[in-house]
Amino acid sequence: MASKGTSLRKYALVRLALVIPMLFILLTMVFLLMRVAPGDPISAALGGHAPQSQIDEIKAQLGYDEPIWKQYFQYLGQIARGNLGTTITDRRPVTDVVRENGAATLELTFYAMLVALIVGVTFGLLAGRFRDTWIDGTGRLFGIVIYAMPVFFLGLMAQLFFGSYLGWLPTSDRASPIVEATMETHTGLFTVDSLINGDWDAFVDSVKHLILPAVTLGLVTAGVFIRLIRVNVIRTMKDDYIEAARARGIDERSVVYQHAFRNALVPVITVVGLTVALLLSGAVLTETTFNWPGIGKTLVVYLQNRDYAAVQGLIVVFALVVVVASLVIDFVNAYIDPRIRY
Amino acid sequence: MAVTTPPAEANQRTSRLTGVRRAFAPVAEARGMTRTMLWIGAGITLAFVLIALLAPVIAPYDFDTFQANGKRFPQLAPPSRDHLMGTNVQSTDVLSRVIWGTQTELKVVIVSLIISIGVGVPLGLFSGYFGGKLDRILVLIMDALLVFPFLLLAIVIAFLLADKVGQGILTAAIAITVVYIPLYFRVVRNHTISIREEPFVEAARALGAKPMTIIRKYVFFNVVQNVPPLATLNAADAILTLAALGFLGYGIQPTEGAEWGYDVNRAVSDAASGIWWTGLFPGLAIVLLVTGLTLLGEGLSETVNPVLRKRPVAPVDLEATRSIEIEEQ
Repeated sequence: MASKGTSLRKYALVRLALVIPMLFILLTMVFLLMRVAPGDPISAALGGHAPQSQIDEIKAQLGYDEPIWKQYFQYLGQIARGNLGTTITDRRPVTDVVRENGAATLELTFYAMLVALIVGVTFGLLAGRFRDTWIDGTGRLFGIVIYAMPVFFLGLMAQLFFGSYLGWLPTSDRASPIVEATMETHTGLFTVDSLINGDWDAFVDSVKHLILPAVTLGLVTAGVFIRLIRVNVIRTMKDDYIEAARARGIDERSVVYQHAFRNALVPVITVVGLTVALLLSGAVLTETTFNWPGIGKTLVVYLQNRDYAAVQGLIVVFALVVVVASLVIDFVNAYIDPRIRY
Repeated sequence: MAVTTPPAEANQRTSRLTGVRRAFAPVAEARGMTRTMLWIGAGITLAFVLIALLAPVIAPYDFDTFQANGKRFPQLAPPSRDHLMGTNVQSTDVLSRVIWGTQTELKVVIVSLIISIGVGVPLGLFSGYFGGKLDRILVLIMDALLVFPFLLLAIVIAFLLADKVGQGILTAAIAITVVYIPLYFRVVRNHTISIREEPFVEAARALGAKPMTIIRKYVFFNVVQNVPPLATLNAADAILTLAALGFLGYGIQPTEGAEWGYDVNRAVSDAASGIWWTGLFPGLAIVLLVTGLTLLGEGLSETVNPVLRKRPVAPVDLEATRSIEIEEQ
């Protein structure tokens, strides 16, 4: 047991060390893209009509007048200290933007992932188990069509049907204006905060607002799970130990449910990590469709205002989230599967 | 039989033909659902290609026509005999925009596929075959690109290019290309590494063949088999990316052409008043074309590789990559 502990710790340390070059490359890439690309971000953000003196002043403030290598080290240093820069258009620290809008994105993506897992695992296992039957056919067709469905189109259709036509669910914002104004925030997650406050009506209201965006984003993400889990089940069913289990006379049901499914689901953890990137991209679109005040929608607004500093800061945030997610997933995997060691 | 002699120059043509025939053999041998998927996918894709080519003939109006015979079309009119899919808020004919949109989507996808295959495949071949420092650096960069959320990367590129190149087919295509180059690079590089150690390559090397000759004659044809399924699946993905860019306002300039994602975005504000035709039809076009391409791509990848071993996104592939990298270190 002791040796297991040390090797796991060693793995964790090596893996952590490997994050540094990855982060470094990502940050450098963002810098190269945003700063070295020719053009004048400051005048672009100010609408192109600002007087030269004002442009120069802001440039000096942001350090954009320094030589490029100096800017690069400043940028790395700032990020290391947790400073993601200040937006040009409304002079807000990017960290404030993240704090104010991050909870909305977190809430949306969390519930979306929940929907994706439930739908994806169920359909994926069934499709893989009953390969080449009508169940597999339906499951795969669903998987393909849902993959082919842009999240914003599915969202639009959901708005039309459940919002305009049936009038069951709200189609924009996180909560009704009154609820949003009176909500006492603790975590920033409306479904959690309303429960902490013991306000049942506010809870119902936020859940109602959450259903369409979360299900939309979740269903689209589920497509990935269906495809991968199906393939995994098929691969697992061909493995030797399944054959061995059958040869020992274990009945087919428990071969499938105990042996095959369990092993086919191990890679799901990895896939969850991979889908974080997908969820974030999807969140940008979903938030725009449902007017959901998260980081993604904020990013789109800054993109439209051509605010380079804000875009750069938010992109760094997304990159950090993805790297951290992959790190966490690898740790979990290593913890579960003793074969994963350096 | 001790050594496989490299084919003489005279045999080159026939050997290449058999290579092509061998590559296509699995398609002819495909059975069951794979075969169905393959043909349905090919049918849908072909239909869209025809629509794109015949757009000037079959579209009732131009993509930005809002009047005929001096009379302005009604605004947001529901589908009728005059406008089979209705009209949008700018009084343009939705059917015409959907048809012309096909042309835009296919143009962008073709341009982006050509660039990303043209860059990704050679890079992967050389990086995988020669290895060394350059390979390490390329792998690091490509992995970093792959880690990044695809759509965000495309948005940033489109955002940056919008100032310099302007919003258009080229900008959209480049934005999409940057996202897909790493995929080709990774698949081709990993396959090249395994092919590099095959006996027939070693034999060629022993006979004194130059590296370029080996890459061209022995490695390329073995590796290139992976490209068509990947390219088809990427084409599907590229359409989604383009539509997403368009939805966020970074696709094609509205004056330059019709784009489905942009149209769906404009339709979101119509949805509150229950107007469904402005969004439904362009959206369905996206779904149908992407479904067609996906079916074709899945069918192809399953025929080329029935064990499903070399799927670009399967987790097992990641493990394989990692173990290769560890072995090298």
